[in-house]
Amino acid sequence: MKKARVYVTLKKSVFDPQGKTIHEALHSLGYADVQEVRQGKFFDIQLGELTAERAQALLDEVAQRVLSNPVIESYRVELLP
Amino acid sequence: MKVGVLVFPGSNCDHDAYHVVKHVLGGEASFVWHRETQLPDLDALIVPGGFSYGDYLRTGAIARFAPVMRAVVEFARRGAPVLGICNGFQILQEAGLLPGAMLRNQHVRFLSQDVHLRVERTDTAVTNGLAAGEVLTMPIAHGEGNFYLPEDELDRLEQNGQVVFRYVTRDGRLDPEANVNGSCRAVAGVCNEGRNVVGLMPHPERAAEAELGSADGRKLFEALARVVTAA
Repeated sequence: MKKARVYVTLKKSVFDPQGKTIHEALHSLGYADVQEVRQGKFFDIQLGELTAERAQALLDEVAQRVLSNPVIESYRVELLP
Repeated sequence: MKVGVLVFPGSNCDHDAYHVVKHVLGGEASFVWHRETQLPDLDALIVPGGFSYGDYLRTGAIARFAPVMRAVVEFARRGAPVLGICNGFQILQEAGLLPGAMLRNQHVRFLSQDVHLRVERTDTAVTNGLAAGEVLTMPIAHGEGNFYLPEDELDRLEQNGQVVFRYVTRDGRLDPEANVNGSCRAVAGVCNEGRNVVGLMPHPERAAEAELGSADGRKLFEALARVVTAA
């Protein structure tokens, strides 16, 4: 069995209202060193027996087609050992 | 006029849309369940608001893969009028029928309030017969209605005349305060290049009778009826 993690985050150019709110909350708690917060999400995915190549191709497809919205988000696939 | 209203698990404005078509305008309305693979004989289709599939993953992201959506895309490509309201708008964006995507509202709050909309285009399925610059009042009810497109694509959208509605003040002026969810260029509604598919975040079906505080929303449904009659 293969395990993978797909990270989906807003593109750098896209304003992140949630991240900004968290950033402001941290500042008001006194964490002045926190300069920016960007919120995202990740998906832990278990796959059957696949070669690393097949797994990568499948996850790229799923991430592009379903897990992320390419207008606002980008993704990163991480195959876990 | 025969109008279908899509129903997903979590749709909650489907009955309001049905009511306006059938009881306010006197048309024929029917519900279309999301598991259908074909549409009945229809003149127009409404994708209503709500929280389809709980809005898990992203707003509208799961709904766009519902069995019925293949037929919806075909219906739209044929040039038939399709109106997406609120979550329906988000579903049409996810399905690639309308441009842009929705971010969380700029102040990260769910907004349920009346807004004022300026009609920017009168050549679409739901604004024909209205006056350019006309201001309509109707409610919004959403947490993710912050319209986003990159700048260059926004320019193209404007050049193509695809911005149909903008959030404005009561007297029709652009003002950051009136753009309550922080949408790029105060965009509240857009259409496709063919102008037969229109989406907007505000709820015309909740403002189609004077008893509800505004009957302005009715004008969009009347425009839809005009398109159907003319076809």
